[in-house]
Amino acid sequence: MIPSLLLEETYLEGSAIMKPPRFHYCSPRILDEALTLLDQYGEDIKVLAGGQSFVPLLNMRLAAPAYIVDINHISELHYFETEDGYLAIGAIARQRQIERSLLVQEKHPLLIEAIKHIGHMQIRNRGTVVGSIAHADPAAELPALLTCLNGEVLAQSMHGERVIKAEEFFTGYLTTSLEAGEMLTEVRFPWISPQAGWSFIEFARRSGDYALVGAMAVLTPALDDTCMSANIAYLGVAGSPMRAHGVEKILVGTKLDAQTLEDAAGAARDIVSDDMQDVHATVEYRRELASEMTRRVLKQAWERRERQEGAQ
Amino acid sequence: MQERDDDFSLCVEECEIAVTVNGNRYERSVPVRLLLSDFLRHELHLTGTHVGCEHGVCGCCTVLFNGEATRSCLMFAVQADGMAITTIEGMAGVNSELHPIQQAFREKHGLQCGFCTPGIIMTVHAMLHEHPDPTEDEIRHELSGNICRCTGYQNIVEAVKLAAERLRAPQMEVE
Amino acid sequence: MATRYFGAPVQRLEDPRLLRGKGNYVDDIDLPEMLHAAVLRSTHARARIVHIDAGAAQALPGVRLVLTANDLGELLEPSPLLVPHAALTQPRTQLPLARDEVRYVGEAVAFVVADNRYIAEDALDLIDVEYEPMPVVHSLAVAAEQGGPLVHADVPGNAAAQLAQTVGDPDSVFASAPHVIHETILMDRGAAMPMECRGVLARWDAHESMLTCWISTQGPLPIRNGLAAIFHLPEHKVRVIAPDVGGGFGTKIMMFYPEEILTPLAAIQLGRPVKWIEDRREHFISANQERSQLHEVEYAFDDAGILLAVRDTFLHDTGAYTPYGIIIPIITACTLPGPYRLRHYASEFTVLYTNKVPVSPYRGAGRPHAVFVMERIMDRIAQELKLDRLEVRSRNFIQPDEFPWDVGLNYQDGGPTKYDSGNYQAGLDKLKALLDYDNFPVLQAEARKQGRYLGIGVGCYVEGTGIGPYEGAMVRVESDGRVFAATGVTTQGQAHATTFAQIVADQLGVRPEDVLVTTGDTQAFNWGVGTYASRAATIAGSAMHLAAVKVREKARQVAADLFEASPDDIELADGKVFVRDAPHRALTLGQVAISANPLRYAYGENARKLMTMKLAGTRPGPALPEERGSPGLEASAFYSPPHGSFASGVHGAIIEVDPTTGNVTFMKYAAVHDCGRVINPVIVEGQVHGGVAQGIGGAFFERLVYDEEGQIINASFMDYLLPTAAEVPPLLVDHVETPSPLNPLGVKGAGEAGVIPVPALFASAIDDALSPFGIRIREMPLHPCRLYELLHEAQQ
Repeated sequence: MIPSLLLEETYLEGSAIMKPPRFHYCSPRILDEALTLLDQYGEDIKVLAGGQSFVPLLNMRLAAPAYIVDINHISELHYFETEDGYLAIGAIARQRQIERSLLVQEKHPLLIEAIKHIGHMQIRNRGTVVGSIAHADPAAELPALLTCLNGEVLAQSMHGERVIKAEEFFTGYLTTSLEAGEMLTEVRFPWISPQAGWSFIEFARRSGDYALVGAMAVLTPALDDTCMSANIAYLGVAGSPMRAHGVEKILVGTKLDAQTLEDAAGAARDIVSDDMQDVHATVEYRRELASEMTRRVLKQAWERRERQEGAQ
Repeated sequence: MQERDDDFSLCVEECEIAVTVNGNRYERSVPVRLLLSDFLRHELHLTGTHVGCEHGVCGCCTVLFNGEATRSCLMFAVQADGMAITTIEGMAGVNSELHPIQQAFREKHGLQCGFCTPGIIMTVHAMLHEHPDPTEDEIRHELSGNICRCTGYQNIVEAVKLAAERLRAPQMEVE
Repeated sequence: MATRYFGAPVQRLEDPRLLRGKGNYVDDIDLPEMLHAAVLRSTHARARIVHIDAGAAQALPGVRLVLTANDLGELLEPSPLLVPHAALTQPRTQLPLARDEVRYVGEAVAFVVADNRYIAEDALDLIDVEYEPMPVVHSLAVAAEQGGPLVHADVPGNAAAQLAQTVGDPDSVFASAPHVIHETILMDRGAAMPMECRGVLARWDAHESMLTCWISTQGPLPIRNGLAAIFHLPEHKVRVIAPDVGGGFGTKIMMFYPEEILTPLAAIQLGRPVKWIEDRREHFISANQERSQLHEVEYAFDDAGILLAVRDTFLHDTGAYTPYGIIIPIITACTLPGPYRLRHYASEFTVLYTNKVPVSPYRGAGRPHAVFVMERIMDRIAQELKLDRLEVRSRNFIQPDEFPWDVGLNYQDGGPTKYDSGNYQAGLDKLKALLDYDNFPVLQAEARKQGRYLGIGVGCYVEGTGIGPYEGAMVRVESDGRVFAATGVTTQGQAHATTFAQIVADQLGVRPEDVLVTTGDTQAFNWGVGTYASRAATIAGSAMHLAAVKVREKARQVAADLFEASPDDIELADGKVFVRDAPHRALTLGQVAISANPLRYAYGENARKLMTMKLAGTRPGPALPEERGSPGLEASAFYSPPHGSFASGVHGAIIEVDPTTGNVTFMKYAAVHDCGRVINPVIVEGQVHGGVAQGIGGAFFERLVYDEEGQIINASFMDYLLPTAAEVPPLLVDHVETPSPLNPLGVKGAGEAGVIPVPALFASAIDDALSPFGIRIREMPLHPCRLYELLHEAQQ
């Protein structure tokens, strides 16, 4: 779906256009061919995967690439598999496939929860996990979750490949550290410890909308049932998905008593950047939402933790 | 780099495609920027698939793409090459009797102007295939990708419940 | 004659077609050689057009025509002013294409025709328009500023109209009233947003000199007459068809939208059919909108909670033009008294131009604003006097024996605002039962203990419906016994093909499915106005009834002659015409129709059977006796009401407010509706359901936000939030039936009802839920962020 902030800026055109501009199209069957094209056309070519964010931008001519490489027929990118430490998802695995996977439901319920919040069933049927990451919408679920889990992406080009940490990948509003000629071919969502409690909550105006603010947390208890580690991230609070290291620090070593929760909720306000004002929310309101979403995810995540044996 | 016969780097602006829609095979030459919704409506004259926003929110253009409910305004016709699509025109039976979902919409007054209806029927078809016995909350949530401006959804929800009940029954009772 | 179908939940006759995807909306029509148009729209809310260069667009392969203002010749005339009014002293309407100045973002500047829409849009990108921006009137506040910018240089103070009406002697009542309160109440812009955008397809047949237009409109006949005038064609050489229309809700009752002139013009110039289909982004910036008003209201009441007087002064935002006159603020002024015995009322409004999309009626048309104001008053009286909110309403209700009740104001049609019938307390009692109102305080108190904030709100309204001037209908029995019926009104989902068939079927003794109703085709019926103001069932339905009665009487006359019986003894039932108590003396309705048409040739099964029957022979004299008038079983009739009929209703909801996020959830919603006699309860309930959902949208989700440059900053379905099935709660609907004495069917309008009281009851429910915080809602629409701000302000 279309990023709302981007749209707001472009209304200023008063435009009435809803059909895509002319472009050249190619639909290679193997990855190397796609990478060759990316290498050849550089900034002038865009990758089309699920297209659920990209095609609206084309329809409104907010994007007008000269070339489009459609990767939907590259079967070698159509996978998701468990790896040591993470779930690897290939570039054309649909969000809906992951959502339906019994394996992922069992092994990565937080990812399932995040995916269920994406748009509507029709969007998830076509939309890809990797495409959502590559689009880097700060209000989207998966970039925030990848950030929360300290996940990684795999970028490939004619000249090699590199693994990029989530926090280094998302560099700003709809922008990433991906370079011309590179393609995002895989995303890696780290597993969560079985003892950890997790939660994903967002505040959206309607069912399926981008949230105004969303929060997610993974809390791992120590043997003494204090919080050993905390991963907390937010969507809709800044130009990029935001990990909240400051909030995490408040929690580690505590038992998430009421005062700690309030301290964390208070600290969460700072994560909202000063320019996050739009038609639906002021900055102050977003801060309040971030604070409240923090309370809710922390409570829920902590309730879901598995108490360690020997915990008092 | 693998060798290949055809010159894959030859990016095109026009393309030959063969698409199966409602069981019929169509071969056409299309501009690559032609949206699937426009292809169905204006090339194949299957005008039951409607277009309400062309930015992927309203759901009027929902079709089944390889069996999955999909927004046809967010795909290009060229991407349907070799694929199977079902539109509202493919829902009624061979003798043109209404599909149980269509019949339920009729009996429960689940439509008014009828513009959003085809997209909703396609969504409901996919929904009930996956969840034959949805709760009211599930129905409302799954329907939220289709906007109706006339009915207030009340009778649409009733129609979905009725259709689900009938589709679950071993044999549909014909009134 | 026993009525069988009137009042019955007959299944809709239009559904099988629509359910199969066989609807026929404008964009579904494909003509050979058809070309496609797109419109270049102003990117500025107010600017001088310095220069337009369309050269590159014209040179683009596939482009057939580019029109700018200078190409329009004598067609470069402002659109006609619909519904003129003496108080509208500075009317301004729009040119088909802007020439020297643009006055809102979205105003049409150039019109491109190409081989397909994609190329037409490519061409838009190539048209270079040089604008010189001017200061923008982006709000009512700016419009009202002394010495501020002007939308039209020659309209001082941006004031298009000013109208004051007074009932009784409010000044003296205020002077001596025990309680007087003054408040400022605001309603902001929203839009109808039918799922089908607008569209025009025009075909010029040079051989026949015939212009045919398919338009997604609510008023094809006025457009036909208008197009004939501006293109200098005889009216019968212009045919306008409103085929299936995917929702209208008022925004499609206009004349002219620029494209309704430009598309036929292009078709005539090019000699090929031209289609223009509005896309959703265009719809946001070029289809008429509504709702923005700012009320300063003062009201006086006594210790018993009786409302003594109201003084309401308001500003109405008409956008850049006044295409539809000032009927919206007039409706607001006349709706404000509602179901209450208000004897002293001063209303004054000023209509102001702004650099925004023009305003014309959107479902409710000025009524939700008025009901919001009046119901806020009722709630406040209750609050001040510590009375139950519904008790205050009951004390002020007009009583059933007080009808007709003359409010004392001139309504939008120039006639009196005179309530024909009603029973408001009966509706309120039913609503209380549906909501279990009396037990709500217990529920509320229990929830509060858990930190949850529940509230209940109620809104009462009286709605002017079924206004004139008139509508007509033609009913004809064909030789196979099926009935053809036509009227000038249109259908955008209201199921006229079903309800009108029910009306006709009852008179002719046939089944509704044997009555084929055509609406919205100027070739099928030549007279009428359109579908708006909740008037189609009342006005066209009455005409349909009267025409069917005429046909029935003629059938009885013809059959009486054939059976040598008295017409009084002839009955129509089950598709047959027969002598009472002698059912063997019977003909089918089709046979009577054949007999009524003295041809020398007769075809078909009915005619053959007729030949074999022993019936009275031809009488001497003309084959078509003078008293029969016309051949066949056919009649037209017209109905013109003495004045509008007044429907009413009361809605209520239980909501939950989350004070932290400002979010509101509807837990229960109930509506009790009185539209007089109900033709088809399922269809009326459907109308109410849909209206309520739009009302919920207009109260909490839908808000058109213009920035200081006059740009709508949420012009997409991503950000203009139409409610989905997940936001609209289950809806309970019940009816009260107080028949209207004004028309033969006893009906009143139902189309707009659902939307009208929603902002009022929503505000009431929020006040109630948040009473510990001392919240008083005075603005609509709300949204969570705004509610959060209001809570924040209240806590400080």
